[in-house]
Amino acid sequence: MERIVIVGGGVGGTLAANLVSRKLKREIDTGQATVTVIDKLGNHVYQPGFMYITFGHEREEKLSRPERSLLDERVQLVVDEVESIDEESSTVHLASGKELGYEHLVLATGARILPEAIEHFDTEAHHFYTAAAARKLRKALDAFKGGQIVIAIAGMPYKCPPAPLEVSFLIEAELRKRGLRKKSDVHFCSPIGRAFTIESVSEMATPVLEEKGIELHTFFNVEAIDAERKVVQSLEGEELPYDLLILVPPHRGQQFLIDSGFAPAPGGWLPTDHHTLQVGERPNVYALGDATDLPLSKAGSTAHFEAPIVAERLAAAVTGRKPDVKKGNYTGRVMCFFEIGDGKGTLLRFDYDHPPQPPKPNRVWHLGKILFNKTYWHTVPRGRV
Amino acid sequence: MTAIGSDSTVAPTRVIDARGSYCPGPLMELIRAIREEEVGSVIAVRSSDRGSRIDIPKWIEKAGHRLVGVAEGDGYDEIVVEKLH
Repeated sequence: MERIVIVGGGVGGTLAANLVSRKLKREIDTGQATVTVIDKLGNHVYQPGFMYITFGHEREEKLSRPERSLLDERVQLVVDEVESIDEESSTVHLASGKELGYEHLVLATGARILPEAIEHFDTEAHHFYTAAAARKLRKALDAFKGGQIVIAIAGMPYKCPPAPLEVSFLIEAELRKRGLRKKSDVHFCSPIGRAFTIESVSEMATPVLEEKGIELHTFFNVEAIDAERKVVQSLEGEELPYDLLILVPPHRGQQFLIDSGFAPAPGGWLPTDHHTLQVGERPNVYALGDATDLPLSKAGSTAHFEAPIVAERLAAAVTGRKPDVKKGNYTGRVMCFFEIGDGKGTLLRFDYDHPPQPPKPNRVWHLGKILFNKTYWHTVPRGRV
Repeated sequence: MTAIGSDSTVAPTRVIDARGSYCPGPLMELIRAIREEEVGSVIAVRSSDRGSRIDIPKWIEKAGHRLVGVAEGDGYDEIVVEKLH
């Protein structure tokens, strides 16, 4: 029996499970293979939608569906939390006390956010990485009557790299519409020496920041919040006063991956082969999505393009053949929409060898993102795109 | 290793091997080390990303630390910094 265990029911885990179960239909039906997804909540959450709770009237209940409803009928679902993985016995230990053995393991365990790692984050700062936080930010924006808005990044890597820039653009556009722009300053703080990690995207975004009068602060690594004085301080010694503070919280991989010896502390990101997506030197363990240490965006799109590679390699291993050279080799392909504000967007399409060449922002790419968000449930998790 | 401009009398107290990591990985590794180490520590970062030899010295200047030197190894640069505060 070849048991494939997939930890995590996000984009990567769900899609990989569906694709591999299609490839192994016969083996599963004849009892030679099983595909099991373990998910903590049993709910699949469309995380890119959170930003639209703040900026696009999106409702939380539209952003979540039962994981079971998205999985192929041949895939088994276990709703439970992973406590540890014992590599020696190839066993996943669950919080309920149950154990699951595996021959093949897929770690699609995502990223955790740690706002609590910054003192006063909970009372002083906002973010948009959960539905509740996005709602809270909406309320804060509704109550905002003008002043200093600071958007900064409190740790790298983080999910959806364009998001803080998108939020800056969307806020600036909203302030103009509400007649608050002249009474407000918008500051965007980047931890590195330019607006965005990828140079070509930075070259696209920097003039947009200038055009919109958003002040760019480079090499601003958030160190502390002085709640009394209402200033955010950088490691580099800068201080910015704020009336509304929006911080991308620090992110980490899952603690059980560190404790089980799969990922190094303190980040907890899985050392992942750029092309095979195998974890370390392990021939039977794969990683995809936000959980990896790959030099790519932590984004659903990355997981979307990685899942077919993992599925092909798993199917090949189970059926005793070599993986297809093309289908089993990840090239670093990522594609994501980028909101500019005022109903405009652009597109970032790239891979390991080809940096993005974002087209001039226009309405088409904004509408493309909205359409993608609306049709997500019928397309991506089921492997239709 | 070829020194491009360095103070060879200062020996690193910590070496970060960030080879194989891409921008901004080496800088983020250095920032983590700066946060962890004591004032006066000398940290060497090895990076195979060509952008590091420009980005990291710029960050050192902005953050008010001392660039001890930059040296070129086989397919990588070693940037050495002293934590000043």
